[in-house]
Amino acid sequence: MSRLHERLEAKRKLPTADTSHVVSPKTTRIARRDFLKTSAAAGGGLCIAAFVPELAARPVSNPAANATVFAPNAFVRIAADESVTVIANHSEMGQGIYTSLPMLLNEELQADWSRIKVEAAPVDAAYNHTVFGMQMTGGSTTTPSEWERFRKMGAMARVMLIDAAAHKWGVSASECHAEKGVVIHAASSKKASYGSLADAASQLKPPANVVLKDPKQFTLIGKPTRRLDTPSKVNGTAQFGLDVRLPGMLFALVARPPVFGGKVLSFDASEALKIPGVRAVQQIPSGVAIVAERFWAAKLGREKVKISWDHGPNAKLSTSQMLDDFSRLSASPGTVAKRTGDPAAALANAAKTITAEYHVPYLAHAMMEPLNCVVDLRADSCEIWTGTQFETVDRANAAQVAGLPPEKVQIHTTLLGGGFGRRANPASDFVVEAMHVAKVAGAPVKVAWTREDDLAGGWYRPMWHDRFAAGLDAQGYPIAWTHTIVGQSITEGTPFAAYTINRDGVDSTSVEGAADLLYGIPNLQVDLHSPKIGVPVQWWRSVGHSHTGFSVEGFFDEVAHAGGKDPYELRRKLLANQPRMSAVLQLVGQKAGWGKPLPPGRGRGIATHFSFDSYVAQVIEAAVDKDGTVRVHRVVCAVDCGRTVNPDIVKAQMEGGIIFGLTAALKTEITLEDGRVQQRNFHEYPMLRMFESPEIEVHIVSSEQNPTGVGEPSVPPVAPGLANAIFAATGKRVRRLPIRASDLLGGNEAKS
Amino acid sequence: MSTAIRKMGSRSLTALAAAPCALVLGVFVASLRGAPRSPKPDANASREAFFEIYKVFTSPRCQNCHPAGDAPLQGDDSHVHTQNVKRGRDGHGVYGMRCDTCHQTTNLPGEHMPPGNTKWSLPSPEHKMVFVGRSPAELCRQLKDSKQTGGRSLQQLLKHLSSDDLVGWAWDPGPGRTLPPLSRLDTVMQTKIWIEGGAACPQ
Amino acid sequence: MTSFFLNGKSVTVDDDPSTPLLWVIRDSLGLTGTKFGCGMALCGACTVHLDGNAMRSCVAPLSRVAGKQVTTIEGLSSDLSHPLQRAWIEIDVPQCGYCQSGQIMSAAVLLKENSKPTNKDIDEAMSGNICRCGTYSRIRRAIHRAAEIAAEKRSS
Repeated sequence: MSRLHERLEAKRKLPTADTSHVVSPKTTRIARRDFLKTSAAAGGGLCIAAFVPELAARPVSNPAANATVFAPNAFVRIAADESVTVIANHSEMGQGIYTSLPMLLNEELQADWSRIKVEAAPVDAAYNHTVFGMQMTGGSTTTPSEWERFRKMGAMARVMLIDAAAHKWGVSASECHAEKGVVIHAASSKKASYGSLADAASQLKPPANVVLKDPKQFTLIGKPTRRLDTPSKVNGTAQFGLDVRLPGMLFALVARPPVFGGKVLSFDASEALKIPGVRAVQQIPSGVAIVAERFWAAKLGREKVKISWDHGPNAKLSTSQMLDDFSRLSASPGTVAKRTGDPAAALANAAKTITAEYHVPYLAHAMMEPLNCVVDLRADSCEIWTGTQFETVDRANAAQVAGLPPEKVQIHTTLLGGGFGRRANPASDFVVEAMHVAKVAGAPVKVAWTREDDLAGGWYRPMWHDRFAAGLDAQGYPIAWTHTIVGQSITEGTPFAAYTINRDGVDSTSVEGAADLLYGIPNLQVDLHSPKIGVPVQWWRSVGHSHTGFSVEGFFDEVAHAGGKDPYELRRKLLANQPRMSAVLQLVGQKAGWGKPLPPGRGRGIATHFSFDSYVAQVIEAAVDKDGTVRVHRVVCAVDCGRTVNPDIVKAQMEGGIIFGLTAALKTEITLEDGRVQQRNFHEYPMLRMFESPEIEVHIVSSEQNPTGVGEPSVPPVAPGLANAIFAATGKRVRRLPIRASDLLGGNEAKS
Repeated sequence: MSTAIRKMGSRSLTALAAAPCALVLGVFVASLRGAPRSPKPDANASREAFFEIYKVFTSPRCQNCHPAGDAPLQGDDSHVHTQNVKRGRDGHGVYGMRCDTCHQTTNLPGEHMPPGNTKWSLPSPEHKMVFVGRSPAELCRQLKDSKQTGGRSLQQLLKHLSSDDLVGWAWDPGPGRTLPPLSRLDTVMQTKIWIEGGAACPQ
Repeated sequence: MTSFFLNGKSVTVDDDPSTPLLWVIRDSLGLTGTKFGCGMALCGACTVHLDGNAMRSCVAPLSRVAGKQVTTIEGLSSDLSHPLQRAWIEIDVPQCGYCQSGQIMSAAVLLKENSKPTNKDIDEAMSGNICRCGTYSRIRRAIHRAAEIAAEKRSS
């Protein structure tokens, strides 16, 4: 589900009825006209709470009650003090959206950039995703999905401010223009600031239509622009969920079952209750909650609670056993996701065939800020503070626990200390649990997760196993390609299944990046097994592409070598009908110096991947030490993500995705034995560190196409690029992640 | 290893189990020192004893802080300290990555929590006292080479083993870490035998 | 009761002396710029200065800081004027930003002791701080830039 235009097509098919149990069908819709009506009725001197009632909530700062505010729509308000507040309906989790969205809006609004402030939107249908129909952040879709709306919202405000000035001056609006927050009538040299026009503008009717700038006239979009959130992130003032503090707030930790699906049989809290500051120890559906006056007391208390668990049906789960099972399963054909030509016949007639199995583990998101959620539950209302990517879903799920209508539940989205998909949980696990804790806490409560809770808490990127066969013709070119994928569906059983899982049972998020292969191979089959396993799984930065990128691009390298072809040249040839990917490939080849000599021991690997509508190619230089330690020296990345709103943020996302991908390639796996997750903290789930991080170069292809995804597409090519570099350096083929020294030592090829 | 000493060691350990370790060892070493010297150094017994203490020195608890390079090691598999920690000018690390940035004066409760000691550090860069990768013969010669030990005598080595608090950490490393193969007392005794027998080195 | 100096001001708290300093700073004293990431001194998000040296506050018992000077990110400068803050803003280092307080506090010790760090110095000084968003290349650039800014300040 990476192509936004497909989603746009699918939008009509979005099963609102099926999602009603998580997405409120009764969410208050605030029509644009209502904003203005309310504004006019109150004579302009009103606060935003009148437009979006939920916003009048702690600790979101309110404009002074008597301030004059012009709020032409749900996304911007301009106050008499010249401040311009952009209301962001997407969460800031590092991807820079609190800068990119204001850039889109202000390209049309033409306010003084230095006066722009950003505020998180409350939960409201007005803030729904333009494609997904719910308030959320994910799928690398924020910029593509808001590309038009935010510019329109800005244009609407500008038109009304100009109208207000023209009316005041008795001139035609067409003779006026706006610049840096000032409306100017050039003929008379009259000027009026936006703040001074706020009151008058709020009396006006909104324009029925606005005309957006020709991109050639853009002055902000496309220019590297400093992030608005950086100052607060270098002096400690940025507020993340874990930083929220309410008067009288208690702290809670939850002791969760050591095996997924386990249940509390009984518990003894007597020792825990002796810890000073521990207020209560109570059973909740997900385990036992320890409520205390301070985090540390809750932590000490949790260590003292004795719990007897019913481990349930997953107590024997073992990933090493699953690997054998998956491998066996991959030998039988699965449900066909894609077939072109006659792959069986083509394989039978091929001059040469090669086969391989690839394997990747479960992975945790491991955001630096562990999960947390603050709940203030009252008899008739509820307020929640959390860093979430899934406001609409979370609100509906929280309302259900509270027994309140969704509109009585408000979520204050804080900054997210990383998201990577974990904070978009279809079951709202961390919010729902906090609601249950709030019910027993009897006071506002912050439920915090420790790193150990976070890593063992499930909702992982699934473990995947891939089996390939390729047939080559006499000239060494691939004519057949079959790919059997084994792994859990991440959307089955969720409201999203209705449009991710097709009639045959194929989850598109399992086969993305494999079934939509860009290479011109005439006979192709991709099929899928989706075993049901009791490990909770979820989207993880780049979703299905996180495994297909590795396996497809790794195996493609094998195909190239088997046919005696240069991996770069073979890609060029088979991407001949893909002009955008071809351009990206050529750019990266040229910038990386493909084919040029390297220092001894070093190898160069290449990989391309299309995801989230963007085209990425990377060349990685790496070497392997005598003890099997992999040294990654240089990563060159080229990307075509359409028009770039903020090129520096695009670069930052590419850089970050590359480090994220290297961590997955070299470091991390979640394994289970006897149903228990084996990794507890960063010593067992290590992250790439400064001394291991390579030199990274990012090159952006200039494009006039609409913007496409940026947050995720740089992840998929990293692992295969590195594996292919290792092959070039050592002759050792890497077919499983994370890369192990033991797979790179000795005389034999890595086990397939 | 002499049976008599072994018996004596285990008796002492049993008898003194409840007493503060360093004090007991100090007394014990002092008593050994005051004991009449055997008339003739027993080189074979000395070499045999060295093999025993070699096993201790090259166990993770000891060798992790006596690495070959300038990076401390961690864990029972003696992997390089994952945070790219370096010895530094004084053996206490560099910049904001000094040992006491993370290590406290005592072990912290819980498995894999940073172990601690008031003196937590590596040997100084002048006298690195490398254990990792040394053969028994090499390590033995190194312990007697005053250039490498910084002029530390064998008696001082004995004292280092018997009463240095940081050395003592190896036998109280906190939960989840394996102990050296000999007790501290046995290690001291074997060192004593090695020294008394002429500090003979394996060939 | 334990007293120490937090960003230059004397503070007294009644937390148990074994409580990790991190939670004293965050929960008892309300300064939330210092972050919790792992609780085991593995990630560096909780880095503060103790008498000018870097310390992981998540594993340092309160008793360790009695009578001493503790500096948190809030105490680095009052106006974003520290060369590291200026460089961080200039280069737009942070993404999610959660680890950056700790990164900057580690970098501050490096710069204090080495006015012109090399890439190797940066590797040795900064590898105790994890950034999941992967801002390492920008942190590196920003430290070099901060060294320049500091040098300009000194010479002007």
